[in-house]
Amino acid sequence: MFGRGAARLAGWGGISVPGREVRSEDLLAVARTVPLTRGLGRSYGDSSLPPPGATAVAGSTRADRILAFDPESGRLRAEAGLSLRELAWFFLPRGWFPPVVPGTQYVTLGGMVAADVHGKNHHVAGTFGRHVTALRLLTASGEVVTCSRTHEPELFRGTLGGMGLTGHILDVELTLVRIPSPWIVQETQRLANLEALLDGLNASARAWPHTVCWLDALAAGDALGRGVLMRGRWAEPGEAPTQPPAPRRGPLVPFQFPGWALNDLSVRAFNALYRSLHPRQPRRSVVHPEKFFWPLDAVRHWNRIYGARGFTQFQCVLPEEERPGATRRFLTEVARRGGSSFLCVLKDCGEQGEGLLSFLRPGVSVALDLPVRRTTRALVEALADVVIAEGGRIFLAKDAFLRADQFAALEPRLAAFNRLRDHWDPERRLRSAQSVRLLGDPA
Amino acid sequence: MNVVLLGATRGTGRALARLLAARGDRLFLLGRHPEELTASARDLEVRAGTAAGAIGTAPCDLLDPASAAPALDAAFAALGRVDAVIVTAGLFATQEALEADPALTRRVLEADFSGTVLFCEAARERLLAQGGGTLCVFSSVAGERGRKPVVLYGAAKAGLSRYLEGLDHRFHARGLRVICVKPGFIRTSMTEGLPEPPFAADPERVARDVLRGLARGRPVVWTPPVWRWVMLVIRLLPRALMRRLGF
Repeated sequence: MFGRGAARLAGWGGISVPGREVRSEDLLAVARTVPLTRGLGRSYGDSSLPPPGATAVAGSTRADRILAFDPESGRLRAEAGLSLRELAWFFLPRGWFPPVVPGTQYVTLGGMVAADVHGKNHHVAGTFGRHVTALRLLTASGEVVTCSRTHEPELFRGTLGGMGLTGHILDVELTLVRIPSPWIVQETQRLANLEALLDGLNASARAWPHTVCWLDALAAGDALGRGVLMRGRWAEPGEAPTQPPAPRRGPLVPFQFPGWALNDLSVRAFNALYRSLHPRQPRRSVVHPEKFFWPLDAVRHWNRIYGARGFTQFQCVLPEEERPGATRRFLTEVARRGGSSFLCVLKDCGEQGEGLLSFLRPGVSVALDLPVRRTTRALVEALADVVIAEGGRIFLAKDAFLRADQFAALEPRLAAFNRLRDHWDPERRLRSAQSVRLLGDPA
Repeated sequence: MNVVLLGATRGTGRALARLLAARGDRLFLLGRHPEELTASARDLEVRAGTAAGAIGTAPCDLLDPASAAPALDAAFAALGRVDAVIVTAGLFATQEALEADPALTRRVLEADFSGTVLFCEAARERLLAQGGGTLCVFSSVAGERGRKPVVLYGAAKAGLSRYLEGLDHRFHARGLRVICVKPGFIRTSMTEGLPEPPFAADPERVARDVLRGLARGRPVVWTPPVWRWVMLVIRLLPRALMRRLGF
């Protein structure tokens, strides 16, 4: 009736391919019939999209049961489709919180494992995978395998950040952390340039478990890297309101904006306004955890402001310590090419995750939103070349445009990942649009 | 409340059980697959903040009428007094699939009509024996009028709705409260992949409507409520016009 043959599936950036999502409480049953399982589809590019020729992927969101929780240790086991929103808001008032949360709460446990996501506390807590203790997978051969650091450890490590290519993630076991209150003490401060931001992150790292910078990516010259430093920690009971915070449901962007709405001028105006809202001296306040961890979730479907052509994100990590000035060189290239980034986020990173393809490593992470234009592919490829030259990495969960040869140049660990797949999935039954594009999987 | 649920491992039954668990009701789950029941019981126990094992389960299958009595006996024994028995279980298949497969048609008709009725008879007996209680059963707006896309499924649900109405009249004075839930299209795995008609609802929304209906003791719960007025119009349409409509 509504042209089911023409069904398309998109990532958060809005770029779509033919295909549909099959969802069931019985994730195991539907996963057996498809090459990939996706969660809430918040990866920006094609990580959660079916490979060419496949008509469907499994959707995990109906497999959302909590299977066990130990209130002594915080150990939680749940089905992979449980959303972070559900999980966080159930446990917040009970004094627990996931140890690592990404920039949106609209992700699933399985998705968080597959992308080995990170948050504002990466410098102390590492990636999500560090806190995962066991996984139950459906492998390509149809076998259900429970893996951990002691049982099938290679499969376990390959699955952390493995983009769903090592097996369909069915259950996730992780340890939640105790929090003193469900509120956040936040400090924000406007800073004049990149050096001030990097110094600010460095100086805050010890006392503040959560730090991040917003950056004006269009600023160049002396003002290059000017932005706002945000740091936070859980409020102690005495500092916090007595009432627990409630989940919010913000306004919705009801339709796709026209393509011209987001241009150099509107982005400059936004950046100037945003900067001016923050003081030169640190300002302290107690804020709602949603406002601190997931500010963009306040506007539902904010991706529609990028119009029908959608957008992509470019997130890389640059080894600032080994190659001092790498971040400046990268941002100079961004400013020179004028990518019109509405949102640019900078974060200092801690240790590399255990996953065979875990994205982050020590250094500085830079994330840019880029509206899709005729020139976007060339822009991404050029920025990727800068990252390759600096010895950095690019986050697969955000990517839609990287070339296979660029990914190979970025990722010396790829051979180990391929060997793991050769063992568990020699025919490459598990694959995505992205794995066909970047890993040479059969279409 | 002490509540027995048949069909709480999936879809709207799962959503409803979570609302009941969150407000502290004591639950007992019936369903086809023991391991699914156990997993759902653990989920509900964590959400309710109760100990593992607090929610009992027993196997029960609408296609096996003999399974109803022992399952209900186990539930009544575990809970003591039962305030409500809720049936969300059922089968669905498209008219095209049913027309092509008489065995499937038989299963759907049995599960949605005779199987459900026999389960309700067993539940009714036990509720009356304890002096009354609520029997809340999911029928469908599909049972309101014979229509092209739901000839067979609609017939089973029409029979079920009529049975529940009669049951309400017959035992109301003896303390039995019968609630017939009439949802429209609910976005669950039962309807996965089907084109979405107007007024489609999420299971959480339907569960909230049913909870409100339970509190108010309404004999019929339309969910979303707009279906009451839509079906009022549909029931009044002349047959000649219905025949021309694809609806």
